[in-house]
Amino acid sequence: MKPPAFKYYAPSSVEEALALLAEHGYDAKILAGGQSLIPTMNFRLAQPGVLVDLNRVSELAFIRPADDGGLLIGAMTRHVQVETSDLVAQRLPLLHETMPFIAHPQIRNRGTYGGSISHADPAAELPAITVTHRGKIHLRSTRGSRWVDADDFFVGLFTTALEPDEMVVEIALPPLPPRTGWAFDEFSRRHGDFALVGVAAAVTLDPAGAVEDARLVFMGVGDRPMKGDTAVALLRGQVPSADLIEEAATRAAQEDIDPFGDVHASAAFRRHLAAVLAKRVLTRAVERANR
Amino acid sequence: MTDLHTIRVTVNGTTYERTVEARMLLSDFIRHELGLTGTHVGCEHGVCGACTVLFDGQPVRSCLMFAVQADGHEIMTVEGLAPEGEMHPLQEAFHEAHALQCGFCTPGFLMTLKPFVETHPNPTEEEIRKAISGNLCRCTGYQHIIEAVKLAIKKIHHTDA
Ligand SMILES: Cc1cc2nc3c(=O)[nH]c(=O)nc-3n(C[C@H](O)[C@H](O)[C@H](O)COP(=O)(O)OP(=O)(O)OC[C@H]3O[C@@H](n4cnc5c(N)ncnc54)[C@H](O)[C@@H]3O)c2cc1C
Ligand code: FES
Ligand code: FES
Repeated sequence: MKPPAFKYYAPSSVEEALALLAEHGYDAKILAGGQSLIPTMNFRLAQPGVLVDLNRVSELAFIRPADDGGLLIGAMTRHVQVETSDLVAQRLPLLHETMPFIAHPQIRNRGTYGGSISHADPAAELPAITVTHRGKIHLRSTRGSRWVDADDFFVGLFTTALEPDEMVVEIALPPLPPRTGWAFDEFSRRHGDFALVGVAAAVTLDPAGAVEDARLVFMGVGDRPMKGDTAVALLRGQVPSADLIEEAATRAAQEDIDPFGDVHASAAFRRHLAAVLAKRVLTRAVERANR
Repeated sequence: MTDLHTIRVTVNGTTYERTVEARMLLSDFIRHELGLTGTHVGCEHGVCGACTVLFDGQPVRSCLMFAVQADGHEIMTVEGLAPEGEMHPLQEAFHEAHALQCGFCTPGFLMTLKPFVETHPNPTEEEIRKAISGNLCRCTGYQHIIEAVKLAIKKIHHTDA
């Protein structure tokens, strides 16, 4: 199908883009990689009156080292740039390991970090990874600038803390602390499809080998990235044995998520996958932390 | 409301200037405005890969871009793969290895694979499968396509073999 008519603007700076958003408000949508927005326009599920295309705003495409050892990633940085960045591989190995799971090569050539988190598909990888990293998201409008914690940014199904005149300009991802192991895994019907369920884990061990801190974040089993707090509470302070990891994964899959059923998988099957994957990523994260 | 924009786009080495509606998809621009019907349209929502073209050298889905976004950029379609009357080694390999039946998906596979075969002299089968994961074929069952990729790489990188 064909997209409905709209008025098109291609600003070349953030300032210009923000002025356009301020002027058109609810009528306007930002066009980033277009890999989610254009399909929905082709289906006429979205009918924005105005598109503000950020593809000529070159100041928004960057990956920069941050003082805390993490990275600052510009909103218009494409998936392929994150996937192939040495800085990302060195500083944010969890993100590096996750990138190839996102869609297909052609889509990663266009899709952007800012677009993915703004779209906030609950089955998308980058929202879950941003939450796992306890990232912060830098939003700007002509009214000002604010940083929002990833936890507060994702508010529901395809819904974020963004106001209509605001845009994401960059994402700050702190590094994982020392003695931290990480892992990501997902289950999808075909490689590159949106996953039925995905899980990211990061486990920090103290010098004695007990869990000092842990993070477990699920995707595809709720209206946003879902945090496995029950598992984290069980693990904290304990030496993570195989039995404990199994219990933590199972409890999180019972208590911390809210899977739905659709033609692709029933809610019960998604819950089952969540438990299996959580066990797998927690085990791998602990192994890596022990190295 | 008609929002018109004049764009200059280089396609297969020729620069075209056209006035297009903002909502015109790049795939429709290539097919309807330029008459280059080698680029196929299967789904128009990014799933099938039939519409893949090279945008500044990188494979992208032309149904998920607007023509106006191509202003000032370079595009290669399947018609640009080889000079008139000749075939690119990838096209020869598809022919020889029986990597197409109806051929609807073929232009998308070729444009996806062009940069891949050029930059991967020794890919694993797993890497080949990942490279074509974004292209659907309803006829071949993919095995012959994978054979064709291997054959094309032999032709391009290991000619004395
Ligand atoms: C076949 C297919 C398979 C896919 N599979 C996956 C997958 O497995 N995993 C996955 O995560 N994704 C997948 N995607 C989606 C892809 O990763 C998208 O690129 C991504 O979700 C959106 O990024 P984009 O840059 O294309 O954003 P767009 O499509 O351009 O925009 C998406 C939304 O975000 C808004 N927006 C964009 N940028 C900003 C900004 N800077 N500030 C505020 N709002 C903004 C837009 O207005 C729009 O509402 C798939 C897409 C397709 C077509
Ligand atoms: S027509 Fe573009 S991906 Fe199917
Ligand atoms: S040859 Fe018919 S779809 Fe691929």
